[in-house]
This record gives sequence, C-alpha cells and structure tokens, in this order.
Amino acid sequence: MTVVPSTRIYEGTRIPPRVPTILDVDPSKHDPGDILRVNFGPNHPSTHGVLRLIVDLDGEAIAGIEAVIGYLHTGFEKTMEQKSWWKSVTYPARIDYLGFHANELEYVLAIEKLLGIDVPRRATWARMALAELNRIHSHLVWLGTAALELGAISMFWYAFDDRDAVLDLFELAGGTRLHTRYVQAGGLAEDLPPGFTDEVRKFCAAMPKSVDEYETILDKQKIWLERTKGIGLLSADDALALGQSGPVLRASGVDWDLRKNMPYLAYDEVDFDVPVYANGDVYDRYKVHMDEMRESVRIVLQCCDRLDEMEGEPWIADDRKVVLPPRHELHTSMESLIYHFKIVTEGYRVPEGEVYVVIESPRGEAGCYLVSDGGARPWRVKFRAPSFAALQATATVVQGALVADMVAVAASLDFIMGDTDR
Amino acid sequence: MTYEAVPGVVETREAFGETTLVVDPARLVEACTHLRDEEGFNLLSDIAAADYLGWGEQGVAGYIGTAAGRDLHEPGSQGLAHVPAPKPKRFSVSYHLLRVGDVPARVRVQVWLDDGEAVATLVPVWPAADWFEREAWDMVGVRFEGHPNLVRILMPDDWEGHPLRKDYPLGGEPVRFSGED
Repeated sequence: MTVVPSTRIYEGTRIPPRVPTILDVDPSKHDPGDILRVNFGPNHPSTHGVLRLIVDLDGEAIAGIEAVIGYLHTGFEKTMEQKSWWKSVTYPARIDYLGFHANELEYVLAIEKLLGIDVPRRATWARMALAELNRIHSHLVWLGTAALELGAISMFWYAFDDRDAVLDLFELAGGTRLHTRYVQAGGLAEDLPPGFTDEVRKFCAAMPKSVDEYETILDKQKIWLERTKGIGLLSADDALALGQSGPVLRASGVDWDLRKNMPYLAYDEVDFDVPVYANGDVYDRYKVHMDEMRESVRIVLQCCDRLDEMEGEPWIADDRKVVLPPRHELHTSMESLIYHFKIVTEGYRVPEGEVYVVIESPRGEAGCYLVSDGGARPWRVKFRAPSFAALQATATVVQGALVADMVAVAASLDFIMGDTDR
Repeated sequence: MTYEAVPGVVETREAFGETTLVVDPARLVEACTHLRDEEGFNLLSDIAAADYLGWGEQGVAGYIGTAAGRDLHEPGSQGLAHVPAPKPKRFSVSYHLLRVGDVPARVRVQVWLDDGEAVATLVPVWPAADWFEREAWDMVGVRFEGHPNLVRILMPDDWEGHPLRKDYPLGGEPVRFSGED
C-alpha cells in the first residue's frame, strides 16, 4: 500500500489546533472587525441536505467555519432496538439513502456474523453485483449534484438519466427502485428474476460510454478546472487523522480500499483496479469518482458471468430457524408452518455477542456495530457513517478557500445528511 | 495478533474473529497512544457507546415463561433462551481502530463506566474522535474529560436527557387532529 508523502500537498497539518472541527478566525490574518458571520443552511440548495455551515467571512475569503448537523436526526438506532431482527432490516437502507444497499448489507453481514450462518454463493455474488450497481448509482447522483452546484446544470440531467437505468435494474431485481430491502439474513429475500443478467449487461455496455461523455463535458472545461483544481486540499496524514476513507482518502494519495485490502463478500475473486490520485483537491476526488464508476462496471460484468453459471442454485441459507420457508411448503409441512409463524411474530434469535462489520460503501468506510443479548431484538446498533467523518474534515479542507469554493469543497466530501445524522 | 505490549489492558477477548481489548479507563490515552504509534493503528473508525441497563432481565424462555409470567397476547414474552453473562458496569464505550497499511488490522478498545464516571478524551490522539465523542455524550451521556467542545451534536442544544439510554422513553408526539383545540 503506497502513500504519497503529504508534503506534496501541503506542509505539516492544517487541522485546527483548538477544536479539530472548528476553524477559528486567525486575528493575525483577519481583522475581527471585518468579519461577517453568515449562516448557510440548513435550508440551502447547495448544502446536500440539511447541513448548516456557520461561516465567518472576510470579504469573500473564508476566515472561520463550523459545521452544525443534527437536522435530520430521526433516531434510527433507538427505533431499531424496538424491532425484531427480521423487521429491522428495513431501517438501515434509509440511513444513507443513496448508498442504501451498502447500509442494508453491512447490517445483514453483522447479523450473519453473529449467527454464524453460511450464505450461499449465488447470494454473495448477487449482493456484490447490486452493491456495485449501487456504487454507480450513488456516484452518478454525486456527479450530477456536484456539477449542478457549480453551475454545470446539464450534467444533472445526463447523470440522472443514467441513474434511472440503474433504478430500473433495482426494480427488476427487488421490486422497488430505492431501498430495496433485497438482502435478508441468510442471503437474498428472493431469487434474481430470469433475464436480470441480460438487462444488466445491456446497461454495462452503455455505461462506460456515458462516463466518457461526462468526462468530455467536464474534464477540460475551463470553468470546471478553475473551480476544482487546487481547491480543498487535504493531505494524506490529515485525512487519516480525521478518519477519512473512500474517495476522499484515495484522492489524497492513500491506496486504501476495503474491497482490495480487507475483502468481504467475493471481492478477492474479481478483477478490478482502485483509482488513487495524489493532489488531494476537488478535481482529484472527481476523478476518483469517475474511475470508480468504470471499475464498478467491470466488477458487475464479472458478477453477471458468475451468476449465469450459478443459475438455479439456492439464493438464501437453508436454516429454518432464521429464514422463512418457501411458501409452497406451508401447505404440506407442519414444521414449516410453525417456523413461519415463529419467525414472523416473534422473530428469530441471534446469539449473544458484539461485532463490528465494515464495508466499502460509495462514501467510504461504513460500519455496523451490533450488540445482541441473545434475544429477538437488537440490543444496540450503531452505524459508523462515513459522511459523519467526512464532515469533520470541513474545517481543514476549506482553508484558503473563497465562499464560492466552499460549495465545491463541501460537495467533494460526498456526504449524505441521512448518513450523518441517522 | 498479540497485544501484550499495550499498557492498561485489563482483559483481551477474541470472538467472531474480532479482538477486544478491555482497558482501564484511567490508562486509555496511554493505551491508545501506544496502539497508534507502536502498533500502527492510524485511523479511528468509530466510537460506540452502549447502555446495558436491564441487560439479561428478560428471564428464561420457553413455556416456563418470565419471572412475571407469560402473556399469551404478547408473542415475544417468553423471554430469553438463557440469561446472558452480566456486564461489569452500566456503560461501555468501544473504540474501533483500523490500521491503514501493509498489514491491515482492526481492533476494538473498550472501557466500562458507571453513570457519572468520565473517561479521558482521545481528541489529542486522533482528531477524528471529536464528533464521535460528542455523539456518545449526546446520545448516551458519557462524559469525555478534556474534550474541547463537548456539546450536543445531533439533538438540539437545549435538549434534556440522553436518548439512547435504556431508561429514556421511545418518545413520539401525540397525533393532532384538525378541528381540535
């Protein structure tokens, strides 16, 4: 694993010394009498949701900043403690509502780790294919909204057009476009429909050309380059100290991707590259996102080939104490009826223990800390939100920026307020 | 993966492929500095606080029922299949560390606290601890000694109570109907 020396980006550390997440006005650089304190948000079209930024401005230069969150806090963790394991799977998807599959996956992987259940390989490969399609989906929305906020309005429509194609694939697989709740403890809730892999291949044939088109629009566009190159610098050391991960960390020169370095599911059996860029600015984060979309298409195509080989295999584990029996059995088998009743009313039990499962969501390191008391409901669920960590870096990356740059920098951190606030 | 050289470790647990180092709260900063500098855990992934009030009080499962009896109208009232081992204190704070490097590794550092006890802040060790500790204070009420800005983060600034505690109600607002006064 290589790390580009951080002195290439800037010397030393830019993490504010008093409070790491609050940039204080430096009286030697800005006359306190010149400072204007402005409130951005929480109702603001460019803050990616309900983020409030309290900004101290000296003219157009940002002298101080503080990010205030909590406007979308809905108490997921407390609510999930009241629901049975089977029913609580609907909640994680709504935390990071763009990378929903990643959240469902990390929660279900944590439950499966505690249960010690074997997941059939068809389910593993299908989960991988859907996770990568979800990554493409999330990056498309990121690209569309980030470009929109900088004024490249047409990008928004092009990206959302492709996004619709991905949502159609999710609808084909799980029945809903978003928040599919397609993963369940033990495997998938239902088998992939016939013809799914053909539809996915059609999408994958068109996707790389779309990415090339987007790069044609933005890569050499003078305004885009002026507004993203050299803006929002973050060195590798500062990024690690601030708990950054995902595209932000990879754009700062750290070659770190959980799919490669700590593989889960079947990521060690697929061929893909991890894009790493060394300048630590907004442009590099954009490039990482674009290259990741291409790599995800590669992974999805490999998953499709393997899924075709596994046609007809089981898509969920055979453990009746955890998994609902197939419906046709309910007519003939008494035991199946009893299992069905017990699982739906009381829910299955998960052995006592605590686990921390982390996966690479489109935003980076997304984890689920799960504590079970051996009962039918989770005792404590804590979601490690990559967006929560990303917003902590705001005070560091925005230094030296102007007000207009702040929007670009905030967008490049790729945060989702549902993920941040839970 | 041995962590014998880490100072302040009271107990080491291995379960589900994960290592948990239970550390004496008074020596937390020492232990974490050692883990960061000597063992190479350069990224703080998460800080999770949990409240264990009422742990294991659901009784014994099966048709024997709970100590208070079994209610046929409550499907989940049979209780637990066995009573889990009691926890040392009411709150646990788990620090999940990650080594981003050539030999990736994860470890959990855990401290146990009673209500009112505080633990030292890890902001000088990993600046990423800032908001995670604020969230643990806000949601569970664990104080972090020396934190530069320990105020509420997810709840409004003037909120009373710590929502993720087990004795905090689920809450909700009464539904208001039009035409009512």
